[in-house]
Amino acid sequence: MKTMNPILRYKVVWIPLLIALMSPATALAQSLQKGGQLPSIVLPVPSNPEERAYLGVSGTGTFKIPQIKADVVLVEIFSMYCPYCQKDAPGINELYDVIQKDPDLRDRIKIIGIGAGNSAFEVETFKKTYQVAFPLFPDKDYVIHQAFGEARTPYFIGVKIQRDKSHQVFLSQQGGFPGAQPFLQQILKESGLR
Amino acid sequence: MVKEKVRCCILVIGIFLLLVSSATGQTISEAYKGNIYQPGKLKPTDSVLKVRAGDQAPDFTLPSVTGEKVSLNQYRDKKNVVLSFVPAAWTPVCSDQWPGYNIIKAIFDQHEAVLLGITVDNIPTLFAWTNQMGKLWFPVLSDFWPHGGVAAQYGVLRSDGVTERALFVVDKKGIIRSIDIHDINQRPALEDLIQELEKVSK
Repeated sequence: MKTMNPILRYKVVWIPLLIALMSPATALAQSLQKGGQLPSIVLPVPSNPEERAYLGVSGTGTFKIPQIKADVVLVEIFSMYCPYCQKDAPGINELYDVIQKDPDLRDRIKIIGIGAGNSAFEVETFKKTYQVAFPLFPDKDYVIHQAFGEARTPYFIGVKIQRDKSHQVFLSQQGGFPGAQPFLQQILKESGLR
Repeated sequence: MVKEKVRCCILVIGIFLLLVSSATGQTISEAYKGNIYQPGKLKPTDSVLKVRAGDQAPDFTLPSVTGEKVSLNQYRDKKNVVLSFVPAAWTPVCSDQWPGYNIIKAIFDQHEAVLLGITVDNIPTLFAWTNQMGKLWFPVLSDFWPHGGVAAQYGVLRSDGVTERALFVVDKKGIIRSIDIHDINQRPALEDLIQELEKVSK
């Protein structure tokens, strides 16, 4: 009697496995892909008026990253407990300063940080310790960190925002912060801003 | 044939559950370059505490990573002490706990407190692991031999030989003021520790 290969014979079993592999739960374990979209996450509108003005958002509710008034948004997933996030903090601050001092870039590139697993208190502690001027948001229960694929920190995501508020991820990088100027050049090149 | 199908289904369901549970709810820094061992979800606590808030903290002397021996009693009448037991080097939550304390020395100073980090790992392991955290301002102590001796004195040695994720706040008189035997799978919130330090330094 002809014996069918067990792998083929139990396609009833393998098909659900393939579906499982393609399920959102599995997708969570992958960092974002260049050319792709951000996961559907919302952030609270900052209570600080300067931060609201920087982001170009208003009100007291929530907003989505593509609603930020900019052509490019750099998102850093960090943790106050992460040694490399601590080491890179002065360099990211320098990147922010360089952008803010450039009249051609200051309204076009914005930076935000999301503290993975960090409470509001912990994010504030990081902000004070490193005198971070751009907005930081807590992600105490790792909801955003998981939606972004649970990448190791620091994790940098560059998002290009079109006038119609559609968007595309152009940078997805775990660690490897090369310093303010090289990173700015990388962002300008990969986003197509310059 | 039917049994084979059932076995296969169990295997597939198992793989699926593994995939679903892969969302870990923890961060790992690039600093450790993929060298963090994933123990999976562990029993939240697994020991019987032998001290209580209000007790005199059992004294101990342990070797530190930098070579000197450190005793709890050397801080008597000088500093409040936070004992931070973490389960093991090169594991996810532990690797993300002390680096956070490393950037808040000013808060410890403000509350006239020192931090003593303790694990049951040996000195070479602690040396390699803590080197990834940057330069630490607080002593890291090895409770390796006799294995977990101090942890056992406090009642935080788990049945598999690692410690609980535990925080003890000890005041300048050597009295235990607060104890947090935390779920081993989760990092204690910083604000809870700071609140306890505020109470002690009032």
